[in-house]
This record gives sequence, structure tokens and C-alpha cells, in this order.
Amino acid sequence: MRKVRERMNGAEVAGGISGVDAAEAKAPMPPGVRFGPVSFVWRPWLVLVTLVLAAAAFLIFCLSISVGDFPIGLSRVIATILGRGEQVDEFVVMDLRMPRALAGLVVGIALGVSGAITQSVARNPLASPDILGITAGAGAVAVFLVTATGGTAAAVTGSVGLPAAALFGGLGTGLLVYFLAWRRGVDGFRLILIGISVTAVMQAITTWLLVSADIRDVARAQVWLVGSLDNRSWDEAGVAFWATLVLLAVVATVAFPFKPMHLGDDVAAGLGVRFGRVRAVLLLCAVLLAAVGVSAAGPVPFVALVAPQVAMRLARWPTPPLIASGLVGALLLTGSDLIARAALPIGLPVGVVTAVIGGPFLVYLLVRANLR
Amino acid sequence: MAAQFTARTDTGVKDVPRLAARDITVGYGDRTVIDQLDVAIPSGVITTIIGPNGCGKSTLLRTLTRLLKPTGGTVVLDGEDIGTLRTKDVAKKLGLLPQAPVAPEGLTVADLVARGRHPHQSWLRQWSSDDADVVRRALVMTGVADLADRTVDSLSGGQRQRVWISMTLAQGTDLLLLDEPTTYLDLAHAIDVLDLVDDLHESGCTVVMVLHDLNLAARYSDNLVVMRGGAVLAQGHPRDVITAELLHEAFGLRAKVIDDPVGDRPLIVPIGRAHVRTEL
Repeated sequence: MRKVRERMNGAEVAGGISGVDAAEAKAPMPPGVRFGPVSFVWRPWLVLVTLVLAAAAFLIFCLSISVGDFPIGLSRVIATILGRGEQVDEFVVMDLRMPRALAGLVVGIALGVSGAITQSVARNPLASPDILGITAGAGAVAVFLVTATGGTAAAVTGSVGLPAAALFGGLGTGLLVYFLAWRRGVDGFRLILIGISVTAVMQAITTWLLVSADIRDVARAQVWLVGSLDNRSWDEAGVAFWATLVLLAVVATVAFPFKPMHLGDDVAAGLGVRFGRVRAVLLLCAVLLAAVGVSAAGPVPFVALVAPQVAMRLARWPTPPLIASGLVGALLLTGSDLIARAALPIGLPVGVVTAVIGGPFLVYLLVRANLR
Repeated sequence: MAAQFTARTDTGVKDVPRLAARDITVGYGDRTVIDQLDVAIPSGVITTIIGPNGCGKSTLLRTLTRLLKPTGGTVVLDGEDIGTLRTKDVAKKLGLLPQAPVAPEGLTVADLVARGRHPHQSWLRQWSSDDADVVRRALVMTGVADLADRTVDSLSGGQRQRVWISMTLAQGTDLLLLDEPTTYLDLAHAIDVLDLVDDLHESGCTVVMVLHDLNLAARYSDNLVVMRGGAVLAQGHPRDVITAELLHEAFGLRAKVIDDPVGDRPLIVPIGRAHVRTEL
């Protein structure tokens, strides 16, 4: 040790580890990809899983367009999307089916990424927008709009009012939960407990509105409440697409300081992360992503909860990987919609299928946690 | 034997402290935990903060690392007010290991230690060859290089603590602050971790830690800061500081201080009530 110390004193760089000879060190290191000043850790498995998921999501997206009363072959769908299709297919693909498929893809990505963020921030797999009250809040406000305004506002509620109300409700409830959970910082467990309480209140309000409303309004609200991609227009799909794109760009800018936050607030702070600010930006993005998703497709259950957990297991990654979570969300939502349309009796909304897949998965997560 | 001990105690105490608290007051809400406290951390030695539960030990350590912002006074790091420095710059100078940190399940040792490079990285520069070099050295220095591919959750408590210390070393700092590094460890693992801390000190690091075990604190530190009720009661070499009177004053503990049969530091024998000879 004395020798190490002498060598240290001669060294230019201060620091306890400069005494160790790098040549002596033979520990296996993660491989790196380096071009000039740009460098990343090379994670072959994560990259492979992400690419396969992206390909699968694109395939399901095309399949979703090809299936219907007037089936169109996959190759023709792809040709039409690339702008080299025939006139006949153009109308069905681009005008009739594309908005629905695109909405499924975008909403799936938004919900998946939103869940990955909330689960990472709270360091708890149960902390998804469904549990934190965002979805329930969006539902309550949307149902209020449908039932309180009644048939008179039916035209408005159809295309603009309902998504706007859902967005407003989701954002408002998300902020409410965040501020209620705030006590010199946000503790994950407290966030979940308050989220569950607020969810219960919002669901009670929704139930009360439905019970006291006109039966025709109830039917309309009910369909939306389960979560559905039926009759999406280009307007709705387009708004969701651009909003999601902007939010994902914001998430990407704070993705780097977010990395050490999986180790807890104190460790992150020790590593120079201003975690309060980073967390506030990320949670706001997560709430907005979930609200955009809900406003476009209704409160589709379980996608935000399940997608990040599936992505973690597929990618063999210790925390929910953001991109892969979004892609699993897209696969889950578009796939469920395809099953609901093609394989099940008519008129079943996509939310029913995601619930059937997601419910058992939640039970599996809880049982697994209990067994440990 | 004796010569070796003397040689060790006079190493490295330099005149200018790298880290110091000047007249700091810290509290949570209305409750003041630390009131107008002054303390300087001597460079090149191990300083251990001891004191009864709730005396503000951890609060002081957290304030020194700027996890807590003092309501009055300043913390000075290398001559500058720590509150005016960029968080990333502080992280390059000062490594912090919080109490009982938890890594996500499935995270590998190499990946955890690599996180220590965060203050030196940016969005586009996430894994330079320098980073890999420093991480490798940090792993070797803490004796966990063989565990690099294992997951952190599969390790024993002592190994896990070595890995976390390795992560703070990878920050490239020679100023380490450890908040109760031996919590939840059995005595053998605690000794193992403290021997590592001593190795780091030998190689030039300045260490500040909070410990509960007074005998381990006396054995492994060159400088003790004894706190009570948010104030510094005594500070100095364990041989000068640890007396029966001080232990009674700080902890309300009745104890006998004897010569350590295996070292040159004082050994505290608490008296208590059970199985004690009547003449005491």
C-alpha cells in the first residue's frame, strides 16, 4: 500500500483510484461503441429485442390495415403505405383503416412509455397511470361531459369535446395526485397510495354520473369508458401522433440525467443529478402521454401497467426500457384490437381484450412478488 | 509495531481542510437539527462522526454533501461555497454513499460501478474508453473485479457494500463521504468494509463517515467528531477524545475506557447492569 501511495503522489490526477495500474485491471467491461466524442455502451440483446419489437409492431400495424370486410393483401398494404399502391386500395388503406391502426400504434406507444416512466420514477411496478388515477380522472371528466350536457352536445362531444375533456381530466388528476403526494419530495409508495385513493374517488364519481344519467348517454359513455379504437378519424389520430412525438422528444432530452435515478434519490444526487427537476419534467410528460392516449382511445386498461414489465423481461433489463416499453404497448394495443375485430364476436372494444390479457398478468406480478 | 502506528497517525494531516462547514444551521421545516455548527474535515485522514441517535450526524453528513441545504452558514469545498457550484462539479470532487442504498434487481456489478461515471458523461458521451479504464480500476481497487458480471442482488451484504464504494470511487474523487457503511452487516463483514476504507485512506483518500459502533470508530479513524444535540461536543484523535467522562456526557453511557489489547487505540467497555462485577 505504501508503494501505491508513493506512485499516487507522483501522478497528475488526484483520486484514490489513480494508484491502481489499469494494466493490472482485468475485469470484463461492457463493450462500447465509439465515434470520436460520441460513445455508448453496446447492448446487443437490448438492441436486438428493440428491433424485433419494432418490426413486429410494424407487421401488426399492416396486418391491422389488411384485415376487414374488404381484405387487402399485406404486400399491397405496404405498397400503398409507401405510396406505390393502386387507386382502389388507396382509399380503403389510407382513408378508412389507417387512422384506426395509427391511433392504436400511437396510443400504445404513449401508454407504454408513460408506464415505463412512472414505474421507474416510483421504483415500483404497480405505479402505472392506471393506478395513479390519471386514467380514472380522464374517464370521470369525459363521462361528466357526456352525461351532463346530454344529447344537445352530442355533436361536439363526438370528435373534439370528449378527447379534450379526457386530456383535461387526466392532466388535472395527475397533478392533483402529484401535489397530494408531495412532502419534501415524492416517495414512490406514498404516490401509489394516494393514486389508488384518487382512482377510487374518480371511479365513484363516474359510477354516480352513469347511474343518474339518461340511458342513451350512458350507453355512449360506456363504450368510450372501456376503451375503443372504433371510427377513429385522421384528425384524432393526427393530434395524438404529433402530441406523442413532441412529448417523446422532451423525454429523450432528459433521458440521460434519468439514468442514475434508478439507484434512488440520494445516490442520484451524489452523482450530480438534480433529481427534483428531472423527475418533475418526466412525471409531467408521463401524465400528458397517458392523457393523450386516453383522449384518443378511451381509458384502455392495463397497457401502461403491463407493457413496461413485459419489455423488461424480454430485454432482460433491470429497469423498464423506454423505447421497448412503447413498442410492447403498441403491439399489445394494436394486437388486441386486431383480435377484437378479427377473432371475436363483433362489437367488442379493444379495452376488453387488453383487460383479459392484462388482468392475469397483474396477478402474476403480485404472486411473484409474494413468493420472494 | 509501535513505530508503524506512529508512522500511520502522522501521515497526511494538512493545514487547509478541503471540506468545512462554517456556522451552519440545518433543519426540517420548523425543527432545527443543527444550530450554528463549525467543523473542518482534515485532508488525507479518516474522520468519523459519532453521537447518540438523533444528534444530527447524518444531517451533518448530508449537508456536507449538499443533499441538504443549510438555512444559515455555508459549506466550503476546496475554498468555494458548495451551494454556488454546479451539482455535476460537486459530484466530480466528492463521492457520497448514502445509507443502505438499493440497486434494481438484475443490475450487474459492472453496470452499477459504471454509473459512478455519470458526472463525467453527457447525452452523447456515455461510455468513453476513459470511463471503462476508471471503472476497471475502481473494481480492482475494491476487490470486486471478479464479480463484475454478477448481479448486485446476488452478492453478500459485505460484497454489495464494496461494490457501492467502488461506484463512488469511479466518480474519480479522493473525497469520500460514507453514511453508516456498516449498517446491516455482521461484524466480520463490517471489519472487511472498514479495512477497505482504510486501504482507500492509505492510497490518499480523505474519508468522512458516520458510524454507530464506537469501538470500530475509535479503531479506524484518525479524527473523531463527537456530536450531541446538533452541536460538536469534541473533536480530535480517538486517543485524546475517547474518555469515560465524554462518553457519559455525549451518550449518557457508563463505560470503562481501557487500552486495546490488539491496537494502540482506546477500547470502550460499556458497563450497563447485567453480569457486572459489584465493585463497579
